[in-house]
Amino acid sequence: MGFKRFLVKRAITMFGVLMATLLITVSLVGSNMDSISKQSVALEIRQQVTANKNLLSSFKTSEQLDTYVSNQIKQRITALGLDQPWYSPQRIGLSMYKILTLDFGHAKFLTSDSGSSDVKDIILEKLPRTILLFTTATVIVSVFGIFLGMIAASKVNSVLDKITSGFAIVSSSFPVWWIGVLMIFVFAFLYPIFPARATPDVPVTDPGYLGSLLYHMILPMITLVIVGFGSWAYLVRNFLIGILQEDFIWAKRSVGIDEKDILYSHALKNAAPPIVTILALSLSGSLGGAIITEAVFDWPGMGRLYFEAISVLDLPVIIGETYVLTAFFLVSVFISDVLYGYFDPRVRYK
Amino acid sequence: MNISSKEIWTEFSKSKIGLVGISILGILFFMSVLAFVTVPFDQFKTWSDPTNWLSYPKSALPSWINYFQSEKIPEHLILSPTTSSQQIDSIHVSTNSFAVNYQYDGFPSDFVYQYTAKYKGSPLLVLSVLRPDGVEMMLISSALPFSNNNAEYHGMIFSTQNTVAKNTGNLQNKYAFSLDGLSSEKIIFSQLSENKILKGHYVFKANLYDISANSSIEQSHFILGGKVYGMMGTDELRRDLSVGLLWGTPLALFVGITVSIGSVILGLVYGVYAGYKGNLTDETLMRFNDVIYAMPALPLLIILAVTIGNSIFLIVGFLVIFGWVGVAKVSRSMALQIKTLQYVEASKLMGQKDYKIIFKHVLPQLLPYAFASIAISVPSAITTEAGLSFLGLGDPTFPTWGQILHDASTYNAAARGMWWWILPPGIMIAVTGLAFVFMGQAMDAIVNPRLRRN
Repeated sequence: MGFKRFLVKRAITMFGVLMATLLITVSLVGSNMDSISKQSVALEIRQQVTANKNLLSSFKTSEQLDTYVSNQIKQRITALGLDQPWYSPQRIGLSMYKILTLDFGHAKFLTSDSGSSDVKDIILEKLPRTILLFTTATVIVSVFGIFLGMIAASKVNSVLDKITSGFAIVSSSFPVWWIGVLMIFVFAFLYPIFPARATPDVPVTDPGYLGSLLYHMILPMITLVIVGFGSWAYLVRNFLIGILQEDFIWAKRSVGIDEKDILYSHALKNAAPPIVTILALSLSGSLGGAIITEAVFDWPGMGRLYFEAISVLDLPVIIGETYVLTAFFLVSVFISDVLYGYFDPRVRYK
Repeated sequence: MNISSKEIWTEFSKSKIGLVGISILGILFFMSVLAFVTVPFDQFKTWSDPTNWLSYPKSALPSWINYFQSEKIPEHLILSPTTSSQQIDSIHVSTNSFAVNYQYDGFPSDFVYQYTAKYKGSPLLVLSVLRPDGVEMMLISSALPFSNNNAEYHGMIFSTQNTVAKNTGNLQNKYAFSLDGLSSEKIIFSQLSENKILKGHYVFKANLYDISANSSIEQSHFILGGKVYGMMGTDELRRDLSVGLLWGTPLALFVGITVSIGSVILGLVYGVYAGYKGNLTDETLMRFNDVIYAMPALPLLIILAVTIGNSIFLIVGFLVIFGWVGVAKVSRSMALQIKTLQYVEASKLMGQKDYKIIFKHVLPQLLPYAFASIAISVPSAITTEAGLSFLGLGDPTFPTWGQILHDASTYNAAARGMWWWILPPGIMIAVTGLAFVFMGQAMDAIVNPRLRRN
């Protein structure tokens, strides 16, 4: 199987996953969505009729008015295709097509900071903030982790190695959001150094907004780095140690190549594919933010948006964000697959 | 790959980290048993029912912090009575007395006497206190409502009640300082010379005077309000956190172990079947596996919990849906190798049925790997459930650790410095996770001998 065929196959799978996730989301929230849109149609028509004084005066009895209104509602519902059940193929097809073309519609309750209720605007507003916090944190964590992992691997069973491994295991057992709560408790209330809420307290239009945002970012950033780098270091250490056990490394040792040389040039090169893959995955994963961590720090990004949308059941936002999150995730899975296939030919010839 | 279960155990018992894991797990199991024995199921069902917790203090610190402080904070005491009765002439007196050795450096915040009296007619209830210095004070004396036939009367006497305040205020001549504006408990527990706490043995006595001998006081409690309570303290809703934390243990173990066993079995069977069958079956099953693998788990879990339901059993099911994928991938590739072994081929040639080969020859080979995966996947199941509960999407009827943390964040526990509400649940989550991580590490080293060389 050639590399191209491998790529095509992966791409098709990814598209299938995207469709499947969308389908699941749409069918899970579909029935709710249905009743909400019907209610909003009814409300809209009632408002139109009551606003139209001429039309109102043309009715003699209230029954006449009622029949007129219900007829209008029925017509509108048929025109919009809402008379069919939400699970009818046309309606699911239509809504999936709309979502595919990035037409998420308007949010029911939530708005962006600038006041737009277009789901696309809301998401585009939150995305940069999430990138600012989570992607930066991921970069710091991975660089720091890879570095520490290499040192630990070069001195297996040394004190540093044991501390790193121990720290990695312990830190990964605590939920990140709990550490977040703890950090807020210690550094925002016990020793009030940082603000507890990560949402800047100045309006977006203020010139000091960016500075305020950066200041509010420090505490969540520290938390993410502390919790994250241990497992990175541990992962890199284990990859390297696994490779250092390989026969070709023993061959190099027996030839008399310097142990440091072996680690930094030969072993690291071979550990690159999994490391790059994981880096790609976690970078893209960081785009979605972390729903719970953002909720804890009140960081105005993608994760908190999702949480807010869930808590008020703002379905267009839920669907739109699920789509965007899944798409990002899949693109990164795809990229990492491609990278892996590129680095390690065994994968694509399997 | 051929390791018998006995060998696994001998290897395992050599691993220090594995033994630590097992011991922690043993403690957690002990705590679960303790939860079932000490806290009846009915009581823990009323965890989210505020009326059940009325006699508990609000946001009280754990009582053991008094050991670390020179100033002893008054403890919240729920006293049980010693009952006695005596006959004085024609009057029958039933007495409930509550003795307390009060050695704290602060006044109690209040006191409440709760009782149920059984009587006929209209008996007299008198509440009095005998202080360490021998002074006896009458706090309240009231006739219970008249009843023609045998009646049961539930009543409460509060320290803030007007009569109590008046009766204590009337004792002005005993005290060397003005009692104006002082609440009754600050008078009762005060020295006579100055308004400072008087330490020592206090006896509160409730006497029920009646002409018939059939009257009695039942189920009475004397609650002395304080700011520390129990092993773990209480939360804003007056709930005893030690009950919640204790009950959280079996719940977390249940969620973690059921989810991991469920996902590992599902993944194992799925993966082995795909690998063993091969060809088109393998291809189809693995593509489906890819689909689930690439789905964003947490957003979908949240949507599922919101739309379908958040009972703890449903959540376990949802977690299994996203948990089996990795196991299926690995067990498929292992099955691919085992399939080519000669004895498997031999039994195939002899006409053995597929499912028999899978269950007799392939699956047993994967057992060590399965056990390691079960141990490794428990922590993530526990933290994911805790995360869902923390977001308020968990089962509200069960006090899981995540649920407790959710309540803590709802009532701004961090902002109010209520560390005893935030720290223990998180530590419990981590410790439980660690126990399984340790065991998983030990088993991993057995399953993948290459790791042992370091």
